[in-house]
Amino acid sequence: MSMIEANNLWKEYGSNIVLEGVNTRVDEGEFITIVGTSGCGKTTFLRMLLGIEQATRGELLLNGKPFPDEPGEDRGIVFQRYSVFPHLTVLKNVMLGAEFHDSRLLGKLFGAKRHAAEQQAREILASVGLDHALERYPHELSGGMQQRLAIAQALMKKPRILLLDEPFGALDPGIRADMHELILDIWKKTGITIFMITHDLQEGFYLGTRLWVFDKVRLDKQNPNAYGACITYDIPVDRADQNTYETIDDSLDASKKLLTDQE
Amino acid sequence: MKRIMNQHPERMLRIALGVIPFVLILIVYVVSSNARLAENPRDKLLPSLSSMGQAVDTLALQPSKRSGEYLFWQDTGSSLTRLGLGIGISALIGLIFGVLNGVIPYARANLSPLITAVSLIPPLAVLPILFIVFGLGEVSKVVLIAIGITPFLIRDMQSKVMELPSEQLIKAQTLGASTWLVIVRVVLPQVLPRLIEALRLSLGAAWLFLIAAEAIAATDGLGYRIFLVRRYLSMDIILPYVFWITVLAFLTDYLLKQLSLRLFPWFHASKH
Repeated sequence: MSMIEANNLWKEYGSNIVLEGVNTRVDEGEFITIVGTSGCGKTTFLRMLLGIEQATRGELLLNGKPFPDEPGEDRGIVFQRYSVFPHLTVLKNVMLGAEFHDSRLLGKLFGAKRHAAEQQAREILASVGLDHALERYPHELSGGMQQRLAIAQALMKKPRILLLDEPFGALDPGIRADMHELILDIWKKTGITIFMITHDLQEGFYLGTRLWVFDKVRLDKQNPNAYGACITYDIPVDRADQNTYETIDDSLDASKKLLTDQE
Repeated sequence: MKRIMNQHPERMLRIALGVIPFVLILIVYVVSSNARLAENPRDKLLPSLSSMGQAVDTLALQPSKRSGEYLFWQDTGSSLTRLGLGIGISALIGLIFGVLNGVIPYARANLSPLITAVSLIPPLAVLPILFIVFGLGEVSKVVLIAIGITPFLIRDMQSKVMELPSEQLIKAQTLGASTWLVIVRVVLPQVLPRLIEALRLSLGAAWLFLIAAEAIAATDGLGYRIFLVRRYLSMDIILPYVFWITVLAFLTDYLLKQLSLRLFPWFHASKH
């Protein structure tokens, strides 16, 4: 049985159709990168996986059961920004996951339990290369370090699914390359299932085991929201060649042009 | 020559420019006071600095003949107690309901319209009701301050909570937090510095309500004293009192700011 299954999934807001007829299956341990023009439902789909949006029609299943309708510990998230807590130091940001779990009343640990949580947080922070910045506050970190911290926070919960919403979009190219190595390393070591939205098609090809393109098959020039998007390409990346890369790039450009012409 | 909007005064000059208006006002006062007193030594409108000094000396440094109290300090103590209680209670209520309304949609739907309506009532218009219900004692004065600034504090705290990025609240849930844990570990610590900011903004209103309540019914307090001696045109007492109230207001504001800088360094650093 697949871990995640979408059967004829629709998402509409009134007459505005975002997703139409999305069908797919995802097995545990896949690394799925998602590209597509803005407004083509990538983020909506991710928010459904997160549990903060629900399908209007069709079904989205996790291990054969309907998806939870709110965020939970089994699905970690890293947003492009604001994923870390500005009032806590790096170490405390990561310890928070353990504190939430073991102290339901105060959300704070003391004594031996605190020591254990701190030890665990230190190890995870070392693995993302932040062990030199434990006592710093997020505003004292660079953009790349903040994203490392956000990833470390999520890893503390050992989630089975990691959702990444353009996590490296705001970073410089050099730092982005470092982050690619980090995320691949984590994926290989933990066998976690990753969904990652990116604007950068090349990044999508480089990182994923499977690349999805969200796009609108039908486009009404007068009313671009009349039809929803679905997964137009679902490619096992290691078998993809330069040709597919170019075809997708062209088709994305085409619908981008159409959509921006509307505005 | 640079445009004037691009010219910045040097440090010393900037301080001097800031001090000049104060000095000018003082000079104008002393000159006009002297002129009036030369014409009529019993003039009460613009008392000389020395007679004000004398009045302060009598009230602050010598016990009152009638009660044996140092009136100036008694007034200060009473007023600050009322102000402190009023602001403290308002802050607590503002924090609790602001956070509840900000985090929980059901609480917001239930309470927000009521709070908006209450905030539109002019507090001084209900002062008679407070006197009738709570009597003329301390309670009605504290309650007036609370009624005056609490609705603003609740609404401000609510909007500050709702301005927290939703990403943070979602992230906390993926880390396993319940609603309660999101409140105590994510929301509360982040709105406390914002509460201090809101308190600093509402200090002026709090003083206004305090002095209004004291003027109408009290037996001591800074506002009471000013309105009492008004009958005798005692400008030599009123002016130092007004000055003192201004100093107290400045000090409270300054102390709150320092407290916030000390307790929440991350807040002030990440604002820039």
